[in-house]
Amino acid sequence: MSDPSGAQARNPLYRAGFAVTERRDLWWMEPLLTVLGLGVGFGYLTWAAFLGNPEHGHYGPYLSPVYSPPVYEWFPSIMTYLPAFVSPALLILWAPGGFRATCYYYRKAYYRSFFLNPASCAVGKPWEKYCGETEFPLVVQNIHRYFMYLAVVILAFLWYDALKAFTRDGPKDYVAGAGSVVLLLNAVFLSLYTLGCHSLRHLIGGYLDCFSTCPTSKLRHTAWGGVTCLNERHMLWAWVSLGWVGFTDLYIRLVSSGRLADPVLF
Amino acid sequence: MPEQRSFRVFRGDAGGGQMKEYTVETGPGMVVLDAVHQIQATQAPDLAVRWNCKAAKCGSCSAEVNGKPKLMCKTRLDDLPADRPVEVRPMRTFPLIKDLVTDVSWNYEVNKKIPPFTPKPNGEWRWMQEDVDRVQEFRKCIECFLCQNVCHVLREHQKQPEFFGPRFFVRLAALEMHPMDAADRLDLTHRQSGVGYCNITKCCTEVCPEDIHITDNAIIPLKERVVDRFYDPVRRLLRKLFRR
Ligand code: SF4
Ligand code: SF4
Ligand code: FES
Ligand code: FES
Repeated sequence: MSDPSGAQARNPLYRAGFAVTERRDLWWMEPLLTVLGLGVGFGYLTWAAFLGNPEHGHYGPYLSPVYSPPVYEWFPSIMTYLPAFVSPALLILWAPGGFRATCYYYRKAYYRSFFLNPASCAVGKPWEKYCGETEFPLVVQNIHRYFMYLAVVILAFLWYDALKAFTRDGPKDYVAGAGSVVLLLNAVFLSLYTLGCHSLRHLIGGYLDCFSTCPTSKLRHTAWGGVTCLNERHMLWAWVSLGWVGFTDLYIRLVSSGRLADPVLF
Repeated sequence: MPEQRSFRVFRGDAGGGQMKEYTVETGPGMVVLDAVHQIQATQAPDLAVRWNCKAAKCGSCSAEVNGKPKLMCKTRLDDLPADRPVEVRPMRTFPLIKDLVTDVSWNYEVNKKIPPFTPKPNGEWRWMQEDVDRVQEFRKCIECFLCQNVCHVLREHQKQPEFFGPRFFVRLAALEMHPMDAADRLDLTHRQSGVGYCNITKCCTEVCPEDIHITDNAIIPLKERVVDRFYDPVRRLLRKLFRR
């Protein structure tokens, strides 16, 4: 029997070291694609965030999600107190950025692809020391539910922006441009991502052990079921919503700078 | 049509060993365990292999096929590339006994640390399907320990003394979410099971032959319960105010 303390005699087959594996498939493909995908997605949004002029994120009623909600408009004096490198977008983006950075799916994605911890299953790692999420800084990931609360509030603003985008020719005319649809889809995709959050799944009902004891727990079971349904595709919505936020920002920038015409749809 | 295929199987014990080549006549529908049995019957009667059901239900035949943790009885030969020999090795996270057989008894020691099901006193023994759906998924576990084998916390970092591993997070979750259970295992989950070492990279879920969503349905809900009690100041305050 093995030592009950848990100390294991090493299997003589064991070889340690980065990328040591007996796997023969393309195990490195997924981490590589993730690095590229996250690099492009977050790279673009970081670039957009540091561009100082929020005018480029506006066109008629269209407002880029990078500048929504427009905190810098509500409190214009705030910018004068902040260092020059803090752009208006940064006043907002720390919240959705923190939400994604602490999301259980993104954690898996960047632990694997950026930190090689591990790069793939049954593949050796470059690191010997490991403390997981037990110590600072990674223990801070437990803050995720607070970012989720903020993300839900921001989502409400993005829905407001999406509906407002259907009044392209003024508040009395319901004229939709292609940008209106782009903004609507942005709100839809972000909802599918945000409402499938693991923390929300727990707080909305997952913390219960018994769903049938009282009427409200039945209601919570239904809500939990809805979140679970989205949660099963959380990775998909994480990617789709990330890509679409970037695309929405780019679209509005191109339209507002006159490089692209926004066609009227109906 | 019968077809000749090459196999490379690990032969050896804790002192050392090497991969040995065998040729096997294969037929349609054969699985890796069939081939290993054929090698045992015709070429290497002393080849050690553990199995029982040949139906992916007893969890005995866990091994690494072409470097991936698998049940040998559930791995079809026609799913493996035919142009290279099929490689079969024992699980590497556990001490080797002989050939394909490893000593998995550490897992049973971990199991003893988890307080068993403790029924609620005077509880009514009736509950609804929606109450048991979650825990029914966890009852599919066949204790093959492939998830323990692949988890990097055990495989690479040998945290056995401080980390229970995914199989036992499944068990903890099954008990913690049970509608009729009265015991509290959250302190144990936080302080002894080492759930904080799990970085939710999902290799356990990838290899589970029973398709249990170990990370999403057991580990993350446990982590969230731990956050409720040990990290979330607002929930703490609410608990104090409402004495829950
Ligand atoms: S998700 Fe956690 S328990 Fe599962 S293999 Fe990864 S680190 Fe181990
Ligand atoms: S959870 Fe899945 S992989 Fe782990 S021991 Fe049970 S059946 Fe095997
Ligand atoms: S787990 Fe992904 S958003 Fe919360
Ligand atoms: S022999 Fe029982 S699971 Fe493979």
